[in-house]
Amino acid sequence: MLTKRIIPCLDVRDGKVVKGINFVGIKEVGDPVELAKAYDEQGADELVFLDITATSDDRKTMVDVVQRVAREIFIPFTVGGGIRSIQDIRTMLLAGADKVSLNSSALKNPQLIAQGAKMFGSQCIVLAVDAKAREDGSGWDAYVAGGRINTGKDVLEWVKEATKLGAGEILLTSMDADGTKAGFDMKLTQAVRDAVSVPVIASGGCGSLEDFAQVLKNDTADAALAASLFHYGELSVSQVKDYLKEQGVHVR
Amino acid sequence: MIGIIDYGMGNLHSVYNALNHLGLEAVISDDAAILETCDQLILPGVGAFGDMMDCLESKGLDQWLIHQAKEVKKPLLGICLGMQALFESSSENGLRKGLGLLQGKVIRMSDPGIRIPEIGWNELIVADDHPLKSRLSARPFAYYDHSYYASEWNPSDLAAYSCYGPYVIPGFVQKGNIAGAQFHPEKSSKDGLRILEWFGKEFAS
Repeated sequence: MLTKRIIPCLDVRDGKVVKGINFVGIKEVGDPVELAKAYDEQGADELVFLDITATSDDRKTMVDVVQRVAREIFIPFTVGGGIRSIQDIRTMLLAGADKVSLNSSALKNPQLIAQGAKMFGSQCIVLAVDAKAREDGSGWDAYVAGGRINTGKDVLEWVKEATKLGAGEILLTSMDADGTKAGFDMKLTQAVRDAVSVPVIASGGCGSLEDFAQVLKNDTADAALAASLFHYGELSVSQVKDYLKEQGVHVR
Repeated sequence: MIGIIDYGMGNLHSVYNALNHLGLEAVISDDAAILETCDQLILPGVGAFGDMMDCLESKGLDQWLIHQAKEVKKPLLGICLGMQALFESSSENGLRKGLGLLQGKVIRMSDPGIRIPEIGWNELIVADDHPLKSRLSARPFAYYDHSYYASEWNPSDLAAYSCYGPYVIPGFVQKGNIAGAQFHPEKSSKDGLRILEWFGKEFAS
């Protein structure tokens, strides 16, 4: 039986993980490779590295990070942030990433999904969606630029279109829940999962063990992603896994 | 020396990195002359079946591989798409012939009760009489990422399997010197590395 996945997300800037200040047992705090190793030891099922650098010079640093991680970590990992072209996808995959996540570039040019999936396989094209509820409650819009710009694109329509084009997985972040620590956005996550047949990773809002169980137990999502909760050492991946086992959720 | 067959696609470095980590020497090449000097071969793979076969055929590596596996009896491990290539055919984007080294046909999963692709860690049930049984942890999990799977395989070739919805997924198959993993051992943490180590150090024809 396929297990539910727990995925720590690491924000990387200038070759260093930001937000990682309270992690126990790591020599050089903020080093992506050391953090990735620690998460692997804790039983993380996958990792997501989000490149939050702005300039192309720093992009080279990210490629270097990906290469270093790939040499030492033997669990799958996804790289996202600033991937705009087939060439960018190829560069990250050749550097050792297993998957890339596309967000604003895919919204701007949906054919990038189709080209990427055709060339490298659907399994390595993850569609990242930043969703925010419309004020009238009629649904959700897809946002870009870290949630600052509303594209006006309906989230449910967009995920359907993107999976038809070849996206193999949806990384769904609720802008409404993100940072609240009040739990995953269950309504949004369920709606997206019902709209597509590919796996859905829930992200944004996780603040406790119960939140993980809530979104995974009733099969609302295939995986749950969290960042600061793990980086600040509030919870370890192994704690989450132990709790989920107690709750009857099938995990590794 | 383990030869990793480069057919112009995919993430070959993951397999190379894992072998390197295990202290196993490896070379990535699409040159039959170089690959011929290797003691063992790995056919990795991501992407689409047809593209992979096109690449192998354009380099003449399909016939070469069949010769190496059948006549030279060189140990060969196919991984994911590379494992699917070992079978008779695949229905991905129209029916296409595979290398035909193992009995079985690769078809798409389709069941409303499961997510496709299967992405994630699935428990690997290893046959009691297979050497991997004693080398892996008591409850091994393997990382899968696939939409197609091999059906109509020969039960005697099955070394380990995983269950996904209504499907029995042949996770690891072996017939003499020919082996294949549907999952990614190079991405399956410690147990995955143990499988590669077993292949690199103990698996011989």
